[in-house]
Amino acid sequence: MIRVRLIHNRVALLLAAVTVVAALALPFLGFAPNRLLSGKAIALSAAAGGGWSAAALLPVALLLAVPFLRAGRMVNALYTGAGALAAAGLVWLAGQHAALLAATASPAARTSFAAGFWVMEAAALLAVLDGVRRLGLGPAGRVAVGALAAALIGGQFAAGHLDQLSIMKEYANQRDVFAGAVLRHAALVAAALLPTLLIGVPLGIAAQRSPAVGRLVFPVLNVVQTIPSIALFGLLLAPLSALAAAFPGLGIGGVGPVPAVIALTLYSLLPIARNTAAGLAGVPEPVREAARGIGMTPRQVFWRVEAPLALPVFLSGLRITLVQAVGLAAVAALIGAGGLGAIMFQGLFANALDLVLLGAVPVILLAVAADAALKLASALALSRLGRMAA
Amino acid sequence: MIAFEGVTKRFGAWTAVDDLSLSVAAGEFRVLIGPSGSGKSTVLRMMNRLIAPDAGTIRVEGEDIARLKPETLRRRMGYVIQSIGLFPHWTVERNIAAVPDLLGWPRARVRDRVTELLTLLNLDAERYRGAFPHELSGGQQQRVGVARALAAEPHILLMDEPFSALDPITRGALQAEMAAIHKATGTTIVFVTHDMDEALTLASRIAILDRGRLVQTGTPLDILTRPADDRVRDLVGREDWGLKRLAVETVAERTRPGETAPGDPLAAGASLRQALAAMVACGTDRLPVADGQGRPMGVLHLADLLRGADRA
Repeated sequence: MIRVRLIHNRVALLLAAVTVVAALALPFLGFAPNRLLSGKAIALSAAAGGGWSAAALLPVALLLAVPFLRAGRMVNALYTGAGALAAAGLVWLAGQHAALLAATASPAARTSFAAGFWVMEAAALLAVLDGVRRLGLGPAGRVAVGALAAALIGGQFAAGHLDQLSIMKEYANQRDVFAGAVLRHAALVAAALLPTLLIGVPLGIAAQRSPAVGRLVFPVLNVVQTIPSIALFGLLLAPLSALAAAFPGLGIGGVGPVPAVIALTLYSLLPIARNTAAGLAGVPEPVREAARGIGMTPRQVFWRVEAPLALPVFLSGLRITLVQAVGLAAVAALIGAGGLGAIMFQGLFANALDLVLLGAVPVILLAVAADAALKLASALALSRLGRMAA
Repeated sequence: MIAFEGVTKRFGAWTAVDDLSLSVAAGEFRVLIGPSGSGKSTVLRMMNRLIAPDAGTIRVEGEDIARLKPETLRRRMGYVIQSIGLFPHWTVERNIAAVPDLLGWPRARVRDRVTELLTLLNLDAERYRGAFPHELSGGQQQRVGVARALAAEPHILLMDEPFSALDPITRGALQAEMAAIHKATGTTIVFVTHDMDEALTLASRIAILDRGRLVQTGTPLDILTRPADDRVRDLVGREDWGLKRLAVETVAERTRPGETAPGDPLAAGASLRQALAAMVACGTDRLPVADGQGRPMGVLHLADLLRGADRA
């Protein structure tokens, strides 16, 4: 009996099913007379109903077909491309419909993304990731696909196509502080990164060289890692206030950026120190012995042999650290450190969900960008090491 | 070249090397052999100060090595280990160039030296210089390991069971190459092994160690014909002792010059063991012998082959 294989890509099938359910059962957009009232739901069929704007959904339709196509390089390229175009098309459709509604509504009226949009957008982006993986693209190819998707969506922001969406109206209100908040957020992370590297890397090296140091350091860092971030800010409040009272000239206090940077540093030490130690522990012992045996000084053994071989594992620790710090820095707004968290909390306290989004989406984008940049860096470091270190 | 005087090394309660005195002459191919735990690797690793002795002095080319910087000492000695230890992130060329780079040789000289060494070790220089270690077979990796050790023209080459992890055919080929390299360069080689056949094939002198002490030193023939005690007899093997004995002498030494005999001639440089195998295969008790150019040298008789093959 000939068994006909109907499904060629199970991941794509799942994404297609999720997309269909979201398109039919969940609201695509919400429309409210002002930002405080809850809005009425707008289905995808209504948003796409206006003549040729339904064409934006063509790539979504292509995605639905992918699971049934025989897998191959062409199909995977189609899959990836359709995913990127679908992600951009959904955003375009939302912007288009928001503009249509704004033409007849009061200026206070708000059009927001609703559950259906988020689910379909996520499915489209996951299709891009899955497609890139199936294509087996190298680091450069992955970055190119990521940049293409970012350009397709970013271009619409830049062109003002999305200005009538609620999140962009919030952006218009916050325009003066938004860029400063993004910079502050990045600065908090960067300021924590420096002491993290200065302390975490030597700790990791010491822990790998001497098991006794490791037994002391890692449990302490593990405990720090388990303290909830808000609790840690609270714990730092008392000693730092005392310090500020004792030395007013230092310019530090129990609240503000200093405790935020200290807390971020404490959280970041574990992944950095642990991956530094793990990377060094992964250097094969014969390689170390050969390096010493041919006459390298301890410093040369470290810089010429151990450090390059430990680099990929170290970079993955740095990636975890950065992504974690970008997220944690948002909470630091609670102790007055500023950053994108300040916008998020302002939205939370005002019950303005789109203002929360205006803070949260850039945090996610920053984290994704840091993740992608470091993945690229470790892929490059790995490819230089060849299969040996894989 | 290398002299140990009353050297002792303990690891905790275990005495790895016990009041050892040993000297290696310049140009020797010295094999250290013994059962595991005999201290042979410890002795080797004390020569380049990877291990420091607890007592005694070690001199290399007349200098007490405790007074030298370890790195300076090691750069003067080649070092080859069983697990090879090539730097996985460097190409073959950069691996071989490691010591010349440390010594600051000019680039062009390093490049020429790499080509020369790859050729010496039967690796196609243009094909392999840009390759990474993981792209090579085990035997090729160890060839690169030997090339790395020889790169800075060391006076002394230390080899710690360098071929033990290789398959028998590759091991045989590398043993032949080491013998040729020793002959061509005159480098003093100290070679640790637990394989008596390897020791008998390669060594100009053998030192047998047991529990950190020297049991016997001598040429392969000395070891075979005048074993110091039962431990040595166990190491050389009792059943195939005769064959080992034949393996360390060449056909040329027992040839009767001027005679002629029918049959395929034996090479003058072949071992008596190979000659015996040839006689058994041909069902004859005499075979002609030819020199390196194929000129007849005389005849080897089975009776001569057996003469003197008795145990002293």
